[in-house]
Formats: sequence, C-alpha cells, structure tokens
Amino acid sequence: MKHTIQQVFRSGKFVFGFAIFAAVLLIVIFYPLIITDGPLSIIGQGTFFPPGIYVNVYDSMSSTVYTLNLDDAAAKRIASKLNEDDRLALKEWLMAAGVSEAEIDTTDTQKLLDLWVNNYDSKKSIPGMTNAKRNYYVRLNTALKGLMATEGVTVSQFNLQTQTLEEVDAVEQSDFVNITEVANMRVLPLGTDNFGRDVLTELVAATAVSLKIGFVAGIIATLIGLTLGLLGGYVGGIVDDIIMFITNLFIVIPSFVLLILISFSIGQEQRGAVTIAVVIGFTSWVWTARAVRSQVISLRNRDHVNLSKLSGHSLVHIILSDILPYIASYVIMALILQISSGILAEASLSILGLGPRTTEVPTLGLMMNWAMIYQAQILGKWWAYLPVLVTIALITFSMNLMNTGLDQVFNPALRD
Amino acid sequence: MLNERFPILSGKGVTKIFGLGRQKTVAVDHVDFNFYAGEIISIVGESGSGKTTLAKMLLGLISHTEGDIFYHEKKRDISSQKKKQEYWKGIQAIFQDPFSSYNIFNKIDSVLLDCIYMRGGRGLPHAKKVELMTEACSFVNLKFEELTNKYPFELSGGQMQRLMIARIFLLKPKILLADEPTSMIDASSRATILDYLLKLRSETGMTTIFITHDIGLAYYVSDTVYIMERGKFVEHGSADEVILTPRNEYTKRLISDVPKIYEEWDLSTV
Repeated sequence: MKHTIQQVFRSGKFVFGFAIFAAVLLIVIFYPLIITDGPLSIIGQGTFFPPGIYVNVYDSMSSTVYTLNLDDAAAKRIASKLNEDDRLALKEWLMAAGVSEAEIDTTDTQKLLDLWVNNYDSKKSIPGMTNAKRNYYVRLNTALKGLMATEGVTVSQFNLQTQTLEEVDAVEQSDFVNITEVANMRVLPLGTDNFGRDVLTELVAATAVSLKIGFVAGIIATLIGLTLGLLGGYVGGIVDDIIMFITNLFIVIPSFVLLILISFSIGQEQRGAVTIAVVIGFTSWVWTARAVRSQVISLRNRDHVNLSKLSGHSLVHIILSDILPYIASYVIMALILQISSGILAEASLSILGLGPRTTEVPTLGLMMNWAMIYQAQILGKWWAYLPVLVTIALITFSMNLMNTGLDQVFNPALRD
Repeated sequence: MLNERFPILSGKGVTKIFGLGRQKTVAVDHVDFNFYAGEIISIVGESGSGKTTLAKMLLGLISHTEGDIFYHEKKRDISSQKKKQEYWKGIQAIFQDPFSSYNIFNKIDSVLLDCIYMRGGRGLPHAKKVELMTEACSFVNLKFEELTNKYPFELSGGQMQRLMIARIFLLKPKILLADEPTSMIDASSRATILDYLLKLRSETGMTTIFITHDIGLAYYVSDTVYIMERGKFVEHGSADEVILTPRNEYTKRLISDVPKIYEEWDLSTV
C-alpha cells in the first residue's frame, strides 16, 4: 500500500494535478480563517470596484506626513488624470485651431500641455463645433489648470460656534504617508462585484459550496450508474432488460426538466446545497449506467473472466476483481465529468432561481449568473467572471490530470 | 484402461443458436459425441466451424440451446453456482490467447493460489502453499522465485501458456479442454508446450480434448479425432482411421491442405 502511494506520487501528471487541487482546497479551508467577513456582506457602495489596495483617505490625512521631493511627481499626476480620450480631444482642438499634426505628440504629456496652454482660447470659435463640445473643452481646460497648479489643498472644518470654515490642515503636493501607518486599508485582490461584495471572499466561499455540490452529486450519480451498469452488463438477461427499461425511461424524460420539477416541489426553505446536490445526483446517473454497461458487455466474454469463472469465483468477486479494475479509470473519468457537470447543473438551476437558498452562501454558478445579469462582460469588469471561470477550469483540469496519473499507476499494462 | 472404457463426457443433439429470427446463426448444429475417459480427443475444423462455441458449452460457460450433455454418464447439472464450482473441479481449460487469459491486475501468485484454494487448500500453512506453487512451476520449467510478485504480462507468450499448464497441474482436473493452446505461440515454443501438455496428461491420465485447426497436430497427439464443419461433426473415429482413410470430402481437403516439407508446394490451389 505504501509502495503504491509512493508510485502515485512519482507520476508527474498526478503530482501536478494534485498540487493544483490541493492549492484550491487549502485556500478554501484556510482563507475563511484569515478573512472572517461573511462572504455575502456588502462592503462597497457602488458596483464593480476594480482590484487593488484601498487606502482610507481620512486616516491618511491624520497619519504622519513625510515630505518627499520627487521630480516626476507632477508629470505622473497629470499623466494619470489625462486619459486617452482627453488627449485625442486636445489634439483634435489643436489641429482645428491650426497647429500642424506633426507638432502634436499625444504621448508626451508635458509638450502636449504646453501646446494647449499656449494655444487654447475659450472664445475662439471653431467651425462645425457644437455648443456641448465647446463646453466640454472649457471644463477640460479648468480641470487641467487645477492639475497644473503647484500649490497644495487646504482642509477646512466647519466651526459650529463661529459658523465659519476654519483651516485645520494643509496638504502639500509633496506630502506622503507611509501606507503601513494608515489605520484603515483593505486589499481587494479581485475588486468587488455588482453588489459591492469582495469578489475573492465570495469566490472562496462559492468554490467550497460548489465543490461540495459537485462531489455529492458526482458520487451519487456515479455510484448509481456504476451499480446498475455492472449488474445489467454482467448479469444480462431479464435483469439487464429491467435496468435498461428504467435507464431508457430516464433518458426519454430530460433530466433537466426532472431536476426543475423536483427542485420546485422541494420548496425554497428546504433547498440547501446538499439537497440540491442529491437531486442532481439522482437525475444524472443515466449516461454513466449506459457507458458502464457497454464496457462490461465487451469485457464479460474475455478469457480472463472465463478463467476466473473456471477458478470458481463468485459473481461478486468476478465483478469486483475481473471487471471493475478494467473500467476503473473510465469510471473515475466519468466521476470527474459528473462532478464538473454537477457544478454546472447547479449553476443552471440557480439561473432559474431553483438553486440552493442563496441568503447565506454563494455558488460558482450564482456568481456567473450575477456577473452576466449585471453585464460585467460588456462593461469589461473581468474580475467579476474570469476568476470564476478559471476556478471551474482549474478544478476540472486538476482532477483530469490526477485521473491520468492514477491510470498510469493502477493499470499495470500502461506503466513505463 | 480399455476394459473400463466409459464416456466421461458425451452429448446428444447439442445445439447452439445465436440471435433470433432472420439474424439467427446456428453455431453448433445437433452434434453427438462420446469422449471416453483417459483418451486424447481432437476436434478439428476451420475458423468459424463452431469449435470454440462447443468448447464453451462443454465448459458450461454458455448454455446450449438444445440437446443434452452428459458428465460421467449422468445428465450434467450446473444450475447453481455451487454445482458449477463442483463441475469445474472436474473440467478445466487452457485458452487460445495467453495474453488475454490473465487478469492484468492480479499477480502470478494469485493465479496459482486460486488453484490451491479450489482444491481446498485455503487452510494450508504458507510454506506448504509456496512448496506446491514451486512444484507446479518447476513442472513446466519455470522458477517460482522469479515469478512471485510479477504480473503475467511481464512474461512471454510461451511462458504464460506454460504457467497455464502449471495451473492445470495444481488443479488436476479429470478433463482438460485445450482450445488451440499453441496457435498464438511461435513454432519453437509450440513443441515445448505440447510436450508439457502430453507429459502432464501421461502423469495424471486426464481426458484431454484438443481443439485445433491443425489436422497434422491432431494426428500426432490424439486417440480419437472429430472433424467439424459448419457446426456439425462430419466424421469421427480413431486418429489412424480418420487421417489415413478419410471418407468425408471435407476431411480429405483438410488433409491435403497440410503442407509437406518434402513436396513442392502447389501454390495454384491455395
């Protein structure tokens, strides 16, 4: 046994797949211990905050101020505020005002601003320009003036006694705070979703729930399919006829419709994640049963099975030791497919509102559903759906790799 | 032996039909036979003549559609698993393809141990089991120490087939059914396998049923020859009788097809 485990871990494919899967599992287990926020607590007011480090502005003003004189600070500040559209708008105005195109370089911020300051005149009328466009340029000019200012900003507080604003602090352009001294900051590695929830925390909780659903559904479906397939295929005759009748019945009734009906009749309150998983498991065993049956039929007339019969082995012994090992890798592959399709089936149910109760836990399917409904993919908010896709892909990929690795070890004829 | 000559295995109108209606195939068509105890019987026929189907029926691996099979002059009863196990203590087989005869997940030890268990040796001490297995292996010139903890597919085809004979050596059945045991093996190993089979047979006196397409081999080894064509026995009798004075056209053709080294081959008839 120990020897077999050693061999398993010598297979590169298995180790790679195992590493990915273990990483996913470890994150799912340990992340909630570190970040104790509820996965569905709404922290952001607004939708789709991009990934990054969020530093509290109020706290950073009361932190110790350090003066750093950096030459490129001003240029960087302007460059970060002046986006690509604004730059093109500046170029457009300058060209209309008669500056030759060769002179204008939208990538050199300083030169572009110099040109703008020298040439812009809000009164100058340019033929064909709408009033709205003219106002846009006026606003842009004001914003640029603010950006190019060299003084700092005064922070004032309203004094209730004198009913006037009193200066309490001044923030210079060269003021810096040390980020470790700011009392409140929050890292949102994957930003927030449409409801303002931390995507990473949500994703970790969703992965845990979806894995559970996938495993329970996959194991139930595979066990039912395997048992019926083995019995029908090996015993044959009337047993096979009855099993195939039931199987065909389940094929004719689309399993998804059955799933919807069962989920609906269970009722909202009883629909926990495990219940849904069991329902998915009981409706998706059909193809496993058929596939196992046909594999068993091709195996049952082989000479090694005949020899096992002649050695006086019982039906159960023959099925377990002469049939099952030959289809084991196929069954594990089917199990992995069942697990990933279980995860997807839950997602489809969730879209219809028949998935597990979603007041406490998210699932991967629900996260995809929310991202789709709030048009994350159209708005380019990749952090709302891409990590979910990658997680589903990683789970399936790592399990398939492990299966291939296991196959090499447990099927002696495939060994190098 | 001749004075107690009795049919250990016989059949009357044994028939096997696969499929139903238009698609039905009659694989074995009302065959009668008497296989006498202690003899070597050959069943000779081309591929598809129904030899292997008949063998499987004799072994009780598939049921026959019509007719009766008698074992020890009594109607064979293999209706329950227990009765089958009892029957298989008396009749064993060597299959054609040694590469597919073994379960690739079981080690050689377990193949041999199964035989010891079948002979009621489950309670024997470990040393005794090893002794039995070593004896069986050395009978076919294999070394058990080298085979233990190995898998059957690590051996050559000839070694695997020899291991099969070692298996029979341990089981000591009354009847051995050898279904083309040498057809998948190269010519030099073939003679070795046959030698071991004949040696085992002369030691145990078991009835041996050879199934083969090679009429030369049948003549060489057997006492009685049955010629099978399209599911029927067209001719049977003692080996000399059938081979030297064939009456049936099919038998004559089979005999003429055997290439003779000292004759020039006439390729026009091939």
